[in-house]
Amino acid sequence: MKYKNKLIEVRGLTKSFKNGDKETHVLKGIDFTVEEGEFIAIIGRSGAGKSTFLYQLSLLDEPTSGEIIVFGTDTHAMTPDEKTMFRLNQLGYVFQDYALLPDLTAEENVALPLMMQGKSKMVAYTEAHTALERVGLGHRFTNLPGQLSGGEQQRVSVARALAHKPQILFADEPTANLDNESSRTVMELFEEIHAQGQTIIMVTHEEEYSMLAKRVVKLDDGRVISDKRN
Amino acid sequence: MPQFIRIGFFLALRQVRRASIWTTSLIVFVMALTFLNLVVVSGVLVGLIEGAVEANKIYYTSDVIISNLPKKDYIEQSPQVLSIVAALPEAQVFAARYLQGGTIEAHYKEAIDPDEIERAGGSFVGIDPVAEDQTTNLSRFIVEGEYLEPGDYDQVLIGANLLKKYLPIESPGFTTLSDINIGDKVRITVNGITREVTVKGIIQAKVDELAFRVFMVDSQFRSLIGRGDYNVDEISIKLKPGASAVVVRDSLIRSGVGEFARVQTFEDAQPKFLQDIKATFALLGNMISSIGLAVASITIFIVIFINAITRRKFIGIMKGIGISGTAIETSYVFQSIFYAVIGSSIGLFVLYVILQPYIAANPINFPFSDGILVAPLDGTMLRIALLVFTTIIAGYIPARMIVRKNILDSILGRN
Repeated sequence: MKYKNKLIEVRGLTKSFKNGDKETHVLKGIDFTVEEGEFIAIIGRSGAGKSTFLYQLSLLDEPTSGEIIVFGTDTHAMTPDEKTMFRLNQLGYVFQDYALLPDLTAEENVALPLMMQGKSKMVAYTEAHTALERVGLGHRFTNLPGQLSGGEQQRVSVARALAHKPQILFADEPTANLDNESSRTVMELFEEIHAQGQTIIMVTHEEEYSMLAKRVVKLDDGRVISDKRN
Repeated sequence: MPQFIRIGFFLALRQVRRASIWTTSLIVFVMALTFLNLVVVSGVLVGLIEGAVEANKIYYTSDVIISNLPKKDYIEQSPQVLSIVAALPEAQVFAARYLQGGTIEAHYKEAIDPDEIERAGGSFVGIDPVAEDQTTNLSRFIVEGEYLEPGDYDQVLIGANLLKKYLPIESPGFTTLSDINIGDKVRITVNGITREVTVKGIIQAKVDELAFRVFMVDSQFRSLIGRGDYNVDEISIKLKPGASAVVVRDSLIRSGVGEFARVQTFEDAQPKFLQDIKATFALLGNMISSIGLAVASITIFIVIFINAITRRKFIGIMKGIGISGTAIETSYVFQSIFYAVIGSSIGLFVLYVILQPYIAANPINFPFSDGILVAPLDGTMLRIALLVFTTIIAGYIPARMIVRKNILDSILGRN
């Protein structure tokens, strides 16, 4: 696949956490770029800084230093509200533990960000139904998360992340809590949407699934130690 | 509609709808009790006095009362005044009274020494029994014996507060009569004339003007006090339903009655101490209500805080996927409004459909009044507005505290 625009550019990214007098440096100066249409797997051993790196890229957290330029905009200059709007309109998230809102049905979970974008309830629900059908949950619109299996919940989470057609889909260990069959279903889904041009950045510790990505970035001790294309 | 309100309402509706019915019921119950505390405590306190004021109006002054001018012994030109009153289109009925101070004596036959005679001072009233009963329902206060008939002669009704068995108080300067029963003879001295009369009935009421008085038929009383000119001391006027006491008072003054008598509405004639106590009790009620309001605020604060803190992770997720903090805060404000409005609605129902009619039918028996529950609709609505406003603030603050936390800290449960 031929990549086009540069979506994310990271320069000298560091992230430290303070615990009393002790300061832990989790990310130690990362330079990194993401181009449109890429499917990137970020791998590494536990504590390597994979998730922390993903949180910085996806604007869920503030880096200690360095620059993150997304779609040509330096995110450091953005206000919290601007970042919220940016996440709403441009980014999609799949969390490790599904992160569905327990009071909302599958269709409501998926429709919520669409409604927040200003779409009418009817349009939001229609698009939510389309997204849920796309992940094979056309029969589960009105089920609450507690009534769905882990795999189904993760697929609702994927549907929610994709429904508003984000530029980049971030996934943090999307198969960590799933059995093999459900994991395969979710990864097949990722492959399918990537094939349709979706940019995906996924953190995983499972080598089998990282091989499905077209680019594998390995972190260790807060640094990128390898960046290979499959 | 702003986006944050739309999403806030969407989230609040689903959260309330899918919350535990028991938790929701408990919160609503607390809000209903808070509302009742706000309205009923002050309502009963004011009602204590309002009951006395109402009784004073219904059983003594009626809607309009005409009495003698300060330096006059009676209402001059009373027949003329009475004919003006009788011609009033708004007047339903009226009662004229003759008043004179005097003493009443008991057990004078058995007394060897004149100092052993029991004496009580009181106000003696000559009434037309029929007109008085139509105007003030005096006969309903008979607790022993019978009410007066127009032809009764040498017969009296004695106010219960002049009798020891009803008012067992011993104090210097205030004496009551012991062992007085229906049919007993007592001696009255009015205007220097002494007569022996029979006790026909005993009047017991929480209106002092009734309970400290001795009543007899006006025709005899007139001759007793030598009032052959038919000049009376008081005229109570009961108006037709819907008629304004103020309008009638002003009309009477304009027609010249004011030259011979003092014309007052029942409100004008209210003793000042009652007005002062009413204001004091209202203040006291508001102070107690304020404490109730503070308790309600703290309750809602705790409920919303616990709700928000246990949902902190989901709040973080919502912010993560792009739902604005304002929309999330608004959802908690809507939940607070829901609790306050539903609680207040239940409170309103209990107040106006159950409590107020029940207390009106079964007044609270206080020593000086039959207490009612005063809860005017405008005051109640103001309290609801106050409760809702307080609840909104109490719901917003904890929601804001949680929503403002770092997204990742919320999602990952970090402090």
